[in-house]
Amino acid sequence: MLEVEGLKKSFRAPDGEVTAVVDVASFVLAAGEQVALQGTSGSGKTTFLHLIAGILKADAGRVSIDGQEMTALPEAGRDRLRASTIGYVFQTFNLLQGYSAVENVILGMAFSGRRDPARARTLLERVGLKDRLDYKPRQLSVGQQQRVAVARALANRPRLVLADEPTGNLDRRHAADALALVREVCREANAALLLVTHDPGAAGSFERVERLEGINRAAVGGPA
Amino acid sequence: MKGLLLLVRRSLRQHALSTSVTVGSAALACGLVMAVFSIQSQAREAFTGVPVGFDAVLGARGSPLQLVLNTVFHLETSPGNIPWSLYEAMRSDGRVETAIPYAVGDNYRGFRIVGTTLDLFRDVQVRPGEMLRPAPPGRLFDPTLREAVVGDFVARRAGLALGARFHAYHGLDFDESQRHAAEYVVVGVLEPTNSPTDRVIFIPIEGVFRLERHVLRGGGEEYEAKPGEPIPDEHKEVGAVMLKLRSKQAGFLLRQEINNQGAVATLAWPVGLVLAEFFEKMGWILRVLELVAVLVVVVAAGSILASLTNSIRERRREFAFLRALGARRRTVFGSIVAEAAAIAALGSLLGLLVHAGILGGAAVVVRAQTGIVLEWLRPHPILWIAPLGMVVLGALAGILPAIQAYRTDVASHLTPTS
Repeated sequence: MLEVEGLKKSFRAPDGEVTAVVDVASFVLAAGEQVALQGTSGSGKTTFLHLIAGILKADAGRVSIDGQEMTALPEAGRDRLRASTIGYVFQTFNLLQGYSAVENVILGMAFSGRRDPARARTLLERVGLKDRLDYKPRQLSVGQQQRVAVARALANRPRLVLADEPTGNLDRRHAADALALVREVCREANAALLLVTHDPGAAGSFERVERLEGINRAAVGGPA
Repeated sequence: MKGLLLLVRRSLRQHALSTSVTVGSAALACGLVMAVFSIQSQAREAFTGVPVGFDAVLGARGSPLQLVLNTVFHLETSPGNIPWSLYEAMRSDGRVETAIPYAVGDNYRGFRIVGTTLDLFRDVQVRPGEMLRPAPPGRLFDPTLREAVVGDFVARRAGLALGARFHAYHGLDFDESQRHAAEYVVVGVLEPTNSPTDRVIFIPIEGVFRLERHVLRGGGEEYEAKPGEPIPDEHKEVGAVMLKLRSKQAGFLLRQEINNQGAVATLAWPVGLVLAEFFEKMGWILRVLELVAVLVVVVAAGSILASLTNSIRERRREFAFLRALGARRRTVFGSIVAEAAAIAALGSLLGLLVHAGILGGAAVVVRAQTGIVLEWLRPHPILWIAPLGMVVLGALAGILPAIQAYRTDVASHLTPTS
């Protein structure tokens, strides 16, 4: 479902020094598979997810999602592919403050051409926010905001969900609930899940756990 | 497309205060430019095309424009008087169809009193087939009595209803101390004509001659009318003679004779052209007004640009989130341009109300001052050009902030590091 080969990304520091952040020889994720990716802070986890999602353009290598090569596409093509096949859950949720819960979820599908308000409501009901549809993010608790973010990530019926430290801003109890929810709804939607975390407890519940240092030669070489 | 509309709608609501301010400035600008063009156009049309019923005005030597403004629009002061004999000469001239004498120089509460003859009501058509007629049960004045026929606007504003009695006041500006002793009674209120005539009080011309302190100099020496005695024609004088000519050629010839060969009087002919020339001379002022109005629109577009540019700084994260959700750069770009155009469009819609408000206010003032009626909703190309131009300018103003939004670096505005 997701195939990564020879993926490389470097950044130029203000002083001109070029630092390699991602150097992944191979990484594969099967359809519906759930993988936790662990790594120390600054090891390039977020950059790796951004490269998979096509938010960043790789210096070299190949990212293929369901047979469509993300790295071969121009920016607009990457946007289109991301909008139609990838759901993204952020550590800070990144909900749009001026939009209600249901509108935030609708935005998750708005750019894939599959705008379906009924589905947005169903998803929010599924994550237990049936009575919070029209609430603005600031009117929701942190845990509820994360649920909205999960619902939004699934709004476009993604084949792949990328979750970047989705429990990083939650306390232990809410973190466990949120993690269970993400995994459950991905399983129900048959979406593959690549969850980045530095929390050993969160990673412990996954059948497959990868250490970034194990796949990322740049991370082994030193933090970005 | 629906996604884009949602973005625009939400952003407008989310930034309600700045949206309201910029919409307000766009509305004022758009309304102002519409009002300036519309009032200017209607005023020009009213002054140069108003139905006056006369082709020419004969008056004292001086400015034809002053003569026309004084006698047709009842503005300005009279350039002076001409002997009664000139009126008689015009009346008997074969090239003249109708000659009506006007004696001016008095007022009632600021409304001008014109002494004239019944010929005005019998021979002059304000518009084709439309005479100056008193509304029933009123009637025309008896030229031998102290009776008056008043315009519709005067009747309403000065309370001169049928049967009302009033005194004339000397001069064109109302001054309590200048009251004439003679009392007049209103015997007719003219049907409204939507012309300067609505602001006039007509009395018999003999009455003007006989008002105390009125000195006649028609014969060169001063003469004051004596009660009970007829006034010799050689002493009479009039402010102007309103003329209806039989042909254009008559106008050319009379103008040649009076203006070029004569030295006593001035013939303002044709009335419309005199005013058109005035507007031509005043054209640069109108152009400046138009330019100022257009500049205000540009400033309003600038305020849209400034408002959006400021908001872009705080919205970069929002754009990054949207991009992460799959929004393309052009969607973000388009949403900002559409937002700017929407602000301008809302401003334009409100601008129509501002335009109606300004025109409504101006109409009241112009009506009171000149008797000319400006229409609130008279179609004018500016009513669609200005809103369209505002929207285009608004959209153009949105391009710079849209480029800033377009250039938002997604990765650096999402969680940048693990």
